[in-house]
Amino acid sequence: MKGNEAIAQAAIRIGVDAYFGYPITPQSEILETLAEKKPWESTGMVVLQAESEVAAINMVYGGAASGKMVMTSSSSPGVSLKQEGISYIAGAELPCLVVNVMRGGPGLGTIQPSQADYFQTVKGGGHGDYRLIALAPASVQEMADFVGLAFDLAFKYRNPAIILADGVIGQMMEKVILPEQRKRLTDEEVMARCPWATTGRTNGRRPNIITSLELDPAEMEKRNIHLQQKYAEIERNEVRFEELQCEDAEYLIVAFGSCARIAQKAMEMARAEGIRVGLLRPITLWPFPTQAIATRATQVKGILTVELNAGQMIEDVRLAVSGSVPVEHFGRLGGIVPDPDEVIAALKEKLMK
Amino acid sequence: MKQEIIIAGFGGQGVLSMGKILAYSGLMENKEVTWMPAYGPEQRGGTANVTVIVSDERISSPILSKYDTAIILNQPSLEKFESKIKPGGILIYDGYGIIEPPTRKDIRIYRIDAMDAATEKGMAKTFNMVVLGGLLKLCPIVSIESVIKALHKTLPERHHKLIPMNEEAIRMGMEIIKEAE
Repeated sequence: MKGNEAIAQAAIRIGVDAYFGYPITPQSEILETLAEKKPWESTGMVVLQAESEVAAINMVYGGAASGKMVMTSSSSPGVSLKQEGISYIAGAELPCLVVNVMRGGPGLGTIQPSQADYFQTVKGGGHGDYRLIALAPASVQEMADFVGLAFDLAFKYRNPAIILADGVIGQMMEKVILPEQRKRLTDEEVMARCPWATTGRTNGRRPNIITSLELDPAEMEKRNIHLQQKYAEIERNEVRFEELQCEDAEYLIVAFGSCARIAQKAMEMARAEGIRVGLLRPITLWPFPTQAIATRATQVKGILTVELNAGQMIEDVRLAVSGSVPVEHFGRLGGIVPDPDEVIAALKEKLMK
Repeated sequence: MKQEIIIAGFGGQGVLSMGKILAYSGLMENKEVTWMPAYGPEQRGGTANVTVIVSDERISSPILSKYDTAIILNQPSLEKFESKIKPGGILIYDGYGIIEPPTRKDIRIYRIDAMDAATEKGMAKTFNMVVLGGLLKLCPIVSIESVIKALHKTLPERHHKLIPMNEEAIRMGMEIIKEAE
């Protein structure tokens, strides 16, 4: 099945309570699959096409405040519209899942694949000092698996999580093993898991208030310090990455999502030519595998980042290696996807001359 | 075993669905598969193409620079992909859409007049299955039984009565494919 279908099927199976979205290529199959599967008849999951992306993210805000597992999905221009809501959800410390199947920008751009929303995802996008737990799937299997992982992390840390995919991963079909069908949590289970949620005050319990507003700056600073402590804990515990053939590598490619797949093929082809290339694939874009890259930097002659953008993740790679080795970037822009030959050519041109 | 295939033609010729059925047939044999369409404006008329990889091992890139086999169903696709076939690889084309035939000498070139044959038999809608039959004759990547299973899986139930006609189309394709002169 397609990556987009895998997201929808996994959401039903892990017991997501509600999906709110608005169609946009290249991720419309998420909403279409949900509409076709009619989970409201089986698990009781709500599926709602909102009047806009802004409405959808605020429905997510409301659903998350009541402790429910809620999600939305969109593609780049639509995710830009959601940024205000995402900042509020992060400020109010609510768990939810946002899926971005990126397309070429800026503006309305194209409908073809892109990874140009890296900055938006890991550096902010909305206002304020907040972070999203950002997962970058590189296969249809990971599209399915990361729905559950994203919700686990979101609830563990009371923080919004984002799956940052692109048009390649959303549109391609591969073999996938879906998670087991689970029941949605009962109201009692939700209350037990989320004592902070607005589930209806009972006698003897203080009211739960969900808000990102705090007019007293001293209190607001405390809240920010608390957020930063939480983010530091996530950075300590939740870094995920994959290394392929790095042990003897002289050159390292760092790439995520679809680019990691293309780079893997390039790596195989380069190795056939006798060039010892390794691949490090960040799975969490935030928290970023800074330490792993710094460690590999001590053994390689140079690092190439391969991205469907003009050079965004490269900034985090350069921060990780602090100038100890050359770090170069290769990318195609605006919806063009490079083939493995182009990656090898860039590696030779930029690092081996 | 690993086969890296590009199928390219006009939108509406069944390029994407042919690729999908091939990919599902691979799944039926428990192989690894990827199906990567050009999903842009092509899908809405104009040219369409899909990359299908069927392999015994985990597949790295779903996007390729060179192909083992190219199935070409119109002139623009021939111009785009003829040069991207690996030396010794296979090019299959339908004569109906091709004014200037392929010229490479280092690949094996086959012609299948699937559009004419399917139209003549009054089964133009199974055109893509005729082409698939031609491919399977040259490269038995998957068995016909697996293709039939895949058709059951991918076609909505109301269309299952058309499966025998699709099977006939595949067998016809196996017969009419020939080496290009």
